[in-house]
Amino acid sequence: MAVDMNMNVLIVDDYKTMLRILRNLMNQLKFTNVEEAMDGTQALEHLRQKNFGLVVSDWNMEPMTGIQLLREVRGDDKLKHIPFIMITAESKSENVIAAKEAGVSNYIVKPFNAETLKSKLVSVLGDF
Amino acid sequence: MRKGAKAKAGPKAKKAAKRVAPKRQPTRKKAAAGRAGAIKAVKMVRSVVPTISMARESELFAELESLAAYIQSVKSEITAIRPDQVKEDYLPLAADELDAIVEATAEATNAIMDAAEIIERVAGESTVEIGGKLRDATTSIYEACGFQDITGQRINKIVRALKDIEGKVDRLMTAFGGAPAASSGKKPKKKKKAGPITDESLLEGPQLKNKGSSQEEVDALLASFD
Repeated sequence: MAVDMNMNVLIVDDYKTMLRILRNLMNQLKFTNVEEAMDGTQALEHLRQKNFGLVVSDWNMEPMTGIQLLREVRGDDKLKHIPFIMITAESKSENVIAAKEAGVSNYIVKPFNAETLKSKLVSVLGDF
Repeated sequence: MRKGAKAKAGPKAKKAAKRVAPKRQPTRKKAAAGRAGAIKAVKMVRSVVPTISMARESELFAELESLAAYIQSVKSEITAIRPDQVKEDYLPLAADELDAIVEATAEATNAIMDAAEIIERVAGESTVEIGGKLRDATTSIYEACGFQDITGQRINKIVRALKDIEGKVDRLMTAFGGAPAASSGKKPKKKKKAGPITDESLLEGPQLKNKGSSQEEVDALLASFD
């Protein structure tokens, strides 16, 4: 099934620069509807207001971290189907395991490049 | 011997104090080294008491007097280092400087991103070949700008380390009789102990080279769940 490039994508990071980088890279990959949130709490508000086809989230944020957001998403019947990619500098194996156990769809280690981002999006969403 | 040691406790006694003081601070209840000093003192008294004479008694007093003078000297030396100044001036200054670095790199990164976005718009108005090359170049710029996020997280780790030092300086000041300087309101972070994995223990930030996992290792770990 073709990937809907017009679906809403939520990117979550507490660094404005990283949000900007992610938005630009997503736009280059032809995702047109990219929304931003600066922490887990704000992200949840967005997710409960409209339909999203993908969440790409940082881990280290306050007050709600990326892993807490992931657990909230997976614990919510209306949201639990949304693919969730963690994109973070937290690269210890304990982190990866914790994220997997919480239901992460894929995991990108910062710093990353556009090729890695695309390959993880393809593995989660399918070819586009 | 003691007089010799006392002589070392002069103006440049910082090193000497570090080397000798722990053995000669029996009055410092909290200092582990003080216990060794106390044992030594007791042994010394025991060796003197059975056959104590006026001459030995005055020798003992001289030794104790020398010891007290030495402790006072070390105390003065540490006070001269001005631990209060370290806490009140240098540590906040270092934290401010680090914050400034984050701010400056953020500004610079945004300026670079502004320029890259303009180039990307121009790419859309160019021929396919030139546009493609420009777009590839802007992608590389976006990727490189990720450094700001990583350096910001690393600097935050340093700021947390400074807070730890601040706590230790407080304790040093208390140990030497000075009132601890006004607290910044944040308790020093306790050293992490090995234990159950918690959300807090998982927040380490960027890892140093060869400490964290590479993207390939992460991929392999994830694949092992399938």
